[in-house]
Amino acid sequence: MRYVEEYRGADEARRYARALQSLVTRPWTLMEVCGGQTHAIVRFGIDQLLPPQITLLHGPGCPVCVTPVEMLDKALAIASRPGVVFCSFGDMLRVPGSGRDLLSVKAAGGDVRIVYSPMDALALAERLPEREVVFFAVGFETTAPACAMAVHEARRRGLRNFSLLVAHVLVPPAMEALLAAPGRRMDGFLAAGHVCTIMGMEAYEPLARAYRVPIVVTGFEPLDLLQGIHMCVAQLESGRATVENQYARAVRVVGNESAQAMLREVFEVVPRTWRGIGPIAASGLGLRAAFADWDAARKFDVVSVGGREDAGCQSGLVLQGRLKPPECPAFGTRCTPDTPLGATMVSSEGACAAYYRYRRFQSPCPPTSP
Amino acid sequence: MSADLALSCPMPLGRHTTVQLAHGGGGRLMRQLLEDIFLEDFRAPALAERHDSAVVPLGGQRLAFTTDSYVVMPRFFPGGNIGTLAVHGTVNDLAMAGAKPLYLSAGFILEEGLALDELRRVVASMREAARECGVEIVTGDTKVVDRGKADGLFINTSGVGRVLEGVSVHPRRVTPGDAVLVSGDVGRHGIAVLSVREGLAFDTPVVSDCASLAPLVEALFEAGVEVHCLRDTTRGGLATALNEIALDAGVGLVVDEPAVPVDASVAGACELLGLDPLYVACEGRMVAFVPEPQVERALEVLVRHPLGAGAARIGRVTEGPAGMVSLRTRLGGQRLLDLLSGEQLPRIC
Repeated sequence: MRYVEEYRGADEARRYARALQSLVTRPWTLMEVCGGQTHAIVRFGIDQLLPPQITLLHGPGCPVCVTPVEMLDKALAIASRPGVVFCSFGDMLRVPGSGRDLLSVKAAGGDVRIVYSPMDALALAERLPEREVVFFAVGFETTAPACAMAVHEARRRGLRNFSLLVAHVLVPPAMEALLAAPGRRMDGFLAAGHVCTIMGMEAYEPLARAYRVPIVVTGFEPLDLLQGIHMCVAQLESGRATVENQYARAVRVVGNESAQAMLREVFEVVPRTWRGIGPIAASGLGLRAAFADWDAARKFDVVSVGGREDAGCQSGLVLQGRLKPPECPAFGTRCTPDTPLGATMVSSEGACAAYYRYRRFQSPCPPTSP
Repeated sequence: MSADLALSCPMPLGRHTTVQLAHGGGGRLMRQLLEDIFLEDFRAPALAERHDSAVVPLGGQRLAFTTDSYVVMPRFFPGGNIGTLAVHGTVNDLAMAGAKPLYLSAGFILEEGLALDELRRVVASMREAARECGVEIVTGDTKVVDRGKADGLFINTSGVGRVLEGVSVHPRRVTPGDAVLVSGDVGRHGIAVLSVREGLAFDTPVVSDCASLAPLVEALFEAGVEVHCLRDTTRGGLATALNEIALDAGVGLVVDEPAVPVDASVAGACELLGLDPLYVACEGRMVAFVPEPQVERALEVLVRHPLGAGAARIGRVTEGPAGMVSLRTRLGGQRLLDLLSGEQLPRIC
């Protein structure tokens, strides 16, 4: 736990809280983009340490939450096929598509497996040559290089029974979509540190300039977040709007260039629909034509049955920072992790899941009996 | 984006119509399953008590009676195997009722193709574990099923024990003002099994805490410590055990996060995997609810015993809200420590 505990010190956290108190002169609203940051904020009670003038909004940074229903339906259709071993990160298994999730497919006899890396799925394909192994490639720029590596390796080794169902999304276009939307609420951003570890910080410069918004690349531990908030508020108080790096121990300005090269070789930028938000141009990654043989969507030729939606769910507003989970009338009543209306309630990085799990006693709804 | 803005959410899943893995995870779904199907239909008063063992009268004495099934994969892990688990788990359920464990049964479901040598090793481990626990395996059963119908080897053990004279430990006895103690660091067993199952290698290998808690319980009572309730922190870990007690006792609990002992290697593995160690299973740890004046004595007794060397006071019982367990975070915030809605799943990034 070295390098973790030292970012969780209570005394240092209180020092940051005091520093913020003396720094802030007016209300500011900051948005953290990453679901991991949202969970850390709610889990450690970081927002409870902040001066009342500072409001944190939760952004669209949960890759599970923003994977569209249509993509989930394709995953469910492929996973249900005999002869298929469908591999996924654990988070995706409980997220509902049109009426069911991957765990239901598993309970009904589908071979659905949790893996920790796409390379594990590749190894499975090598061990099970008679089966089709499909990996559900979900995630931001953080997980995409490992998926690119897996496909690259599959081609190199001539493994034809391995494929990716690709649903990767890119963070900067989503941030721009939020900034360009009318009624913008955030004064500054805490950008997702892990994403910048791969991609660097350059993509954020045009956003900071064009929209006059401070962007602080921030880590995930409590002291990272408090320092990131302090840096962002310091910019706002002094009228600056630039990109700064709180997470310098992990993030270089240029990012990880070999990972970027691997991404460029295997993927191309494509338009992508974000669950709860809608289509955003140039916001996703798809396999290049040279890797079409490893594209599960082509290989299995699945079509979406058209996601059925619940009009009462407001997770789109939550993902855009326009609504806090407890403000949703369905929160904790009609919508719970056992009966989710939206992915934000079941994903382990979803904002609604964070509030349900850690803060339900602060909402108007009493805790539900099990 | 404004022109394209669309709010989209799926329909609710509703209640499951088939058994899901999460129904066995110890969380909210499992509790729902027990309430809706088993407790609803069986309706025995002793069952409704929701103790780790049923306590029933027999010939002027109080008999503790329990059963449990073991389906762990892999069957061998650092610190034990499915056989040692099957003995210790049932012995611990008896100990949690304040009983001296006496006799066990052992039922085996064997899958066609299981190596007999492996079965021999498991049975030898059970014999050794029973000897250490001072119990006898006095009856059993064996069934063999077709290949593919079971995962190699499943074991069921039942156990009976005699409740210690004058002892009454029970969720209903938990009262506001009681202190919550834990007998050692949490999360070892789950991480030890996961590390073998998923082929994860850590700098320091995590060894399961699989052990009999009976001597620890006996030591508490021999020292005259008043104990209101005991619960081993198995499936669903410490957090689930605390939630069960809070719900069954109709009390609230406040837990102090920095006070909960978690070994550095377990904490590191959990960070890596995105798991919360408070929900990771133990097989040789328990929580004890004791009245405030008994805390010092109880901790003295626990830390003197090798199984309780890492014992700590981690929280207190409050008036309520009933069933609510809240956690004071290391930064001074407060949050819920809830029952999980399914199994913990490793995170995406």
